[in-house]
Amino acid sequence: MSAQTVPDYEAQLNAILEQCHTATLDASIPDASALPEGFTGTLGHFPVYFPDEIAHAAGLLPVNILGGGNKLEMKHADARMGSFVCSICRSTTELGLNGTLAGLTGFVTHPICDAAKHLAGIWSRNLPDQMSEILYLPQNPNSPGAARYVAAEYQRLRAELAHKVGHPISDAAIRSSIRLYNKKRRLIRDLYRIRSDEPWKLSCSESYMLVRAGTRITCEAHIELLEQALTAIRHRHVAAQDKPRVVFVGGFCEQPPLEMLETLDDACFIVDDDLLIGQRWFTQDVPEDVGDPVWALAESYIERSHASPVQHDERKPKGDYLMAMLREGKADAAILTAAKFCEPGLDEQLFWSKDLDEAGIQYLVLEFEEKMTSFEQMSMQVETFAESLLFALA
Amino acid sequence: MTTAIAEAVPGTSRSAPAAKEIWTPFNAHSEGQRLFKEWYATLETANERREPVANVFVMGNAIEILRSFDFHMVFPEINSLQSGVRKTSAEFIRISEDYGMSPDVCSYVKADVGMMLKEEKEPLGKMPKPDLSVSSNMCGTFIKWAEIWERRHKMPSFVLDLPGQRSSSWVVRPGDAQHSADSRWVEDQFKDLIAKCEKITGKRFDIDRLAEIQGRVNQMVIHWNNVMELNRTCPAPYNAMLDGLTYIGIMNVYRGTVEGVEYMRRLEEDVRAKVARGEGRVPEERFRLLFSGTPCYVSMRRLVELFETWGGVFAYSDYLTFAAGGMDAAELLYDTSRPLESLAEVTALAAQRGLSNQFFAHERMEKQIKDYGVDGVVFHGIKSCRFVSAGMADTRDYISKRLDIPTLYIESDLIDPRYWSDAQIKNRVDAFFEALQQRGGAGPLKGKATHAQGRTA
Repeated sequence: MSAQTVPDYEAQLNAILEQCHTATLDASIPDASALPEGFTGTLGHFPVYFPDEIAHAAGLLPVNILGGGNKLEMKHADARMGSFVCSICRSTTELGLNGTLAGLTGFVTHPICDAAKHLAGIWSRNLPDQMSEILYLPQNPNSPGAARYVAAEYQRLRAELAHKVGHPISDAAIRSSIRLYNKKRRLIRDLYRIRSDEPWKLSCSESYMLVRAGTRITCEAHIELLEQALTAIRHRHVAAQDKPRVVFVGGFCEQPPLEMLETLDDACFIVDDDLLIGQRWFTQDVPEDVGDPVWALAESYIERSHASPVQHDERKPKGDYLMAMLREGKADAAILTAAKFCEPGLDEQLFWSKDLDEAGIQYLVLEFEEKMTSFEQMSMQVETFAESLLFALA
Repeated sequence: MTTAIAEAVPGTSRSAPAAKEIWTPFNAHSEGQRLFKEWYATLETANERREPVANVFVMGNAIEILRSFDFHMVFPEINSLQSGVRKTSAEFIRISEDYGMSPDVCSYVKADVGMMLKEEKEPLGKMPKPDLSVSSNMCGTFIKWAEIWERRHKMPSFVLDLPGQRSSSWVVRPGDAQHSADSRWVEDQFKDLIAKCEKITGKRFDIDRLAEIQGRVNQMVIHWNNVMELNRTCPAPYNAMLDGLTYIGIMNVYRGTVEGVEYMRRLEEDVRAKVARGEGRVPEERFRLLFSGTPCYVSMRRLVELFETWGGVFAYSDYLTFAAGGMDAAELLYDTSRPLESLAEVTALAAQRGLSNQFFAHERMEKQIKDYGVDGVVFHGIKSCRFVSAGMADTRDYISKRLDIPTLYIESDLIDPRYWSDAQIKNRVDAFFEALQQRGGAGPLKGKATHAQGRTA
């Protein structure tokens, strides 16, 4: 009888993180000819939120287009977009013009800001063979009729995708996709629970990579990856360090470079954040066994979603959700970031800072760009901030 | 229901000038200024008179509903641009940046925040505290701006969500399934807004009153549409980026009022007379131009002067379309026998028209170039306005290559004087005209004259 071997969880986790790290740095999209069975193409969508379930049910792999990171060389977009437009819109345009996104079946953007809306026009002028459009998610979720409007918009999208793939998208297929995505979102919530309860076991940059990996692979594969990762993380033996607990906000659309998150991790425990918030948009499961699955998605969007700087919702007053994140994460302070030239982010950053001033909570203001490559100065700022917090808390 | 009853801007004289009885010469600019001063004077005392006040924007504002509840309308965009015209914007922008606002956000917002923080008289008067704000998703910044007021004034902000064009070659016809779905959503929101207005004002919604206001808006739209069409004639009777700015100011501020109808009626009469006399805005029109974007209000006259000295006139600007909420098409008239439904239907179409002008600019611009017989297109990128600017360079590339139309791209800002570089802009303008001349130039009245028939209001 042989002794049962204990899995090397650390090695497993390292391998998963390495795979996610590679995926995070790669702005390309999966090749349509190499997609898993059941998928016939890829549907690109701009942040913040997109109903992945509808694309998934159509047999299109939803791919969250998250810009070009800090390795992309800009050859075309500089001549097509003013210098005062945010990096993610400029690099997305570059990826469209340089052929990186040529394999997409379609590209969908949203009315999260004016620059993002312009991407649909840019796409139609330069990639006329690709389906490109604006999914008009509402900026008024409070008036009666909002869920009905969202459902109609989703049905329109469903019809267009069905036309594109050449077959109808059944309710049963959407229900099945909802079940899968609910499971995925539950696993992501588990990751964030670990971040809050035992932040020394999982850093912000690690959890970010694990979530981001799901923007390039099928939901099924991502669930498997997350389950393996969570098991390994739970078995991780890492001693808690003396670091302040902070909340990070401002990463809801343009993505901060991985090196920036690692710099923050070095000095703080980031117990909550709004990175890739669209991947875990719903605060509860979308109802699974209902008559109309599109209605379930639409109603969840209106009634059970996270707050974001790019959506006005009178039930989610500005500042309140940051306070809730701080309270629930038992955080000592906040890191308030905004992407350069991001109007919603920069305006929200000011709101946040005024609220924190009023509440007497410490915060650090940072501005970033996805293309930034130097982090020394930021590192010094963050270290000083963390030390001052530790000193104040001692 | 549609009988014309004298309706004035709340608080102003209710007797509109009887044009047929007393003839006075009409000067569109000075009459516009008079009306603006009157409007500002009325706003100054609105709080004292305990009359309701709403902050609104020039696009997507539901003015017809607000006016039916006797709200005074404050247009913070107009206050901000006035601070630019009067060269006071730099100080307000500095104050807001000291307060923590980023150098990279909309300069209109910063000027407004600066004015609020300074708590002094704004360019033309002291603004009353609002009871409500109505913003829309037509410009993303509107929503964030309204959130600033919400926090500062502790008052509700209503965001009117107006779905725009979803993709290229998107055609929505009145009454088709997509238009019906969008209209129903807009109507649902109007009903919600009406309930809020009833709560704020303590008044019951009066649908007959709404219909009367809509009737007057219809008259203004017809006159405005005719005025725009008249500029298709050569020489162009007015400059879209100078005279046109006064006209859309009145279209917005006095929308649905007796004064507004009268101004637009006399304006059309005046412009029509100029066309009949062959009188152009510039003495010798040599180049007809299309201006895309917003003006630089701190150098508004200078900008126009740089073009007019070459005999260039802006016959059309997309600014006149989107900054009047898209209400410049004669087909966008309210059916006053079904006021609320019609308000939603027209608002959905007009908003889309205004939005499409920016987000799918190339589609409409091609037609505008033909309609106005333009020789070149001038794109004005605004550093702090992504709504007009983010797709502009790409649109320019498309227009230049596909249509073989000469284009010029210049960059400055709405009201931040730090971004106006006179020598650099003049060099580019001069080079643009030299290139136009090399293409054979364009002579005055070179077979371009078109007859604008217009409709009768």
